[in-house]
Amino acid sequence: MAHVLEVYDLEKNFGGVVAAHNINVTVDEGETIGIIGANGAGKTTFVNMVTGYLPPSGGRIEFLGKSVVGLHPRDVTKRGLCRSFQVPQVFLSESIFDNMLVAYGIAERSGLGLFTPIHTDERAARVDAHLKRYQIEDYRDVAASALPQGVRKLLDIAMATVRNPKLIMLDEPTSGISVEEKFGLMDIIMEALRQEDTTVMFIEHDMEIVERFVDRVWAFYQGEIICDAPTAEAMVDEKVREFVIGQEYHPAHLEGGAHA
Amino acid sequence: MTRLFDKTFWGLTIGLVALFALNFLLEEWMRSIGLQSLSRGCVAIGLLVLWRTGLVSFGHALFFGFGAYTVAMLQIIGVNDIILLLIGGCATAGLLALVLGFLLRQYRAIFFALLNMAFSMILYGVLAKVEALGSTDGIGINQVSFFGFVPSDDSYRPTLFIFAVIFAYIAAVGSHWYLKSTLGLMTMAVRENEIRVEYLGYSAEKAIHIKYVLSGVLAGMGGVIMALTIGHVDPDSMVYWTVSGDFVFITILAGTGNVGATFIGALVYELLRTYAFEFAPEIWQLILGGSLLLIIMFLPDGLWSIRSEWRNRRALAAAKSGDAPAGE
Repeated sequence: MAHVLEVYDLEKNFGGVVAAHNINVTVDEGETIGIIGANGAGKTTFVNMVTGYLPPSGGRIEFLGKSVVGLHPRDVTKRGLCRSFQVPQVFLSESIFDNMLVAYGIAERSGLGLFTPIHTDERAARVDAHLKRYQIEDYRDVAASALPQGVRKLLDIAMATVRNPKLIMLDEPTSGISVEEKFGLMDIIMEALRQEDTTVMFIEHDMEIVERFVDRVWAFYQGEIICDAPTAEAMVDEKVREFVIGQEYHPAHLEGGAHA
Repeated sequence: MTRLFDKTFWGLTIGLVALFALNFLLEEWMRSIGLQSLSRGCVAIGLLVLWRTGLVSFGHALFFGFGAYTVAMLQIIGVNDIILLLIGGCATAGLLALVLGFLLRQYRAIFFALLNMAFSMILYGVLAKVEALGSTDGIGINQVSFFGFVPSDDSYRPTLFIFAVIFAYIAAVGSHWYLKSTLGLMTMAVRENEIRVEYLGYSAEKAIHIKYVLSGVLAGMGGVIMALTIGHVDPDSMVYWTVSGDFVFITILAGTGNVGATFIGALVYELLRTYAFEFAPEIWQLILGGSLLLIIMFLPDGLWSIRSEWRNRRALAAAKSGDAPAGE
């Protein structure tokens, strides 16, 4: 299977603080990767480097075989590598529909085309279909500032997928969401992304979510990846248990797969 | 939102026709107020575009003055047709905005506002000092031809008015359509969330730069109209920082809801200033300041919000009577 993302010897220092060290990973098409680790372990820094928000101090990042180091986030986005945010980055004063309309407008137009009217019937239909895929069509005309957190998260991810990316990195898609709603939210996200044929990586603190949705886990600790293994293996890895998930956590697959 | 020929377009077109008709009835002092309103209205549209992007400029007299002085310079080298003067004024102001934009697009909020003012004061200083540019006395502007046509003295001002109305109409409709385009809606997007704009695949700085050039061109157009209206350009009435303040005043007065409202705001400002000066020459600034205070306190979204407020009340009344409208 083709590598979608390849990272070699990635380094990042903020002065004397090491935020990434010796990171070597690959992502295959169709895989679902879960990134775990305590706060400050370097997860978001990694996502920021891959998506062009932060320049790495060293190493290589290749997306679909081509280097993305030194590119702006907008150029990385155009190549088909998109991201969502822990705190949803949406246009708060505008309705969901207008948020998506702008997202589609920017994705579908360039050059002089940007001067053409943003609102066309065809584009509105695409926006509505997209909202339906993420099951937020009921909130179509509600301002983003008035949305429940879960819906705003879905909008953030929906906006990140207007270009039909090859790979999407989700930064804590379930943070701020109640325990009861987490699985439902992830079901919606993963089903939509499956329909869009997008490879997924996401940062997550909830191990039940990781176990249910992830094929492979990367465990970050102090800027390094201490484990890169299939989920079931990672959950029983000694280092992962010691530094990330805690010894008291009982993996679902050992208990008969509570959520499997 | 889909159609180009929407209510605002027709509203502006009706305004165009109405002003053509009024031209026959207006007395010269009224026409002069009209011309100055059209001139300042053009600049204020540019400020509206920036305002919607979350940026305020305290220095757009820079481009206004550049457009006006371009008229004077072109006349010195023998160019005297209104269309060439307009193109020249817009082009030089636009070019200046393009160059300065590379620096200004990196700044936001008060830094953006005051950097604009700083540049306008540099131009003011240069114009006031350089003899070749008229120094503080300025330069007189001659009567112009209109596509080669030279009207008689009696019909010169009405002809100028007609052309100014057409230019302002083109500026207003063009800006209105622009604001409905993808780039136009990016005004809101950049104001609300630059990070998201970047991650959607567009440069927020580039979007700001384009808007800045547009605002520069519009201010240049305003400057050309003003130069021809007054028949004279000098640093104090074209580039001084208080001139920039007038444009900000008009933008606050009109609100940023609609390009058409900008001209209404400019007209109200012109009338307010003229009458305050006529009836209370000692305290006219006090009256202007007081009006601004009242607008900010009671109509923070400008005159245009009177219309929105009225529509909201009508919708609420309809809803209460059980006859809720389906919505627009």
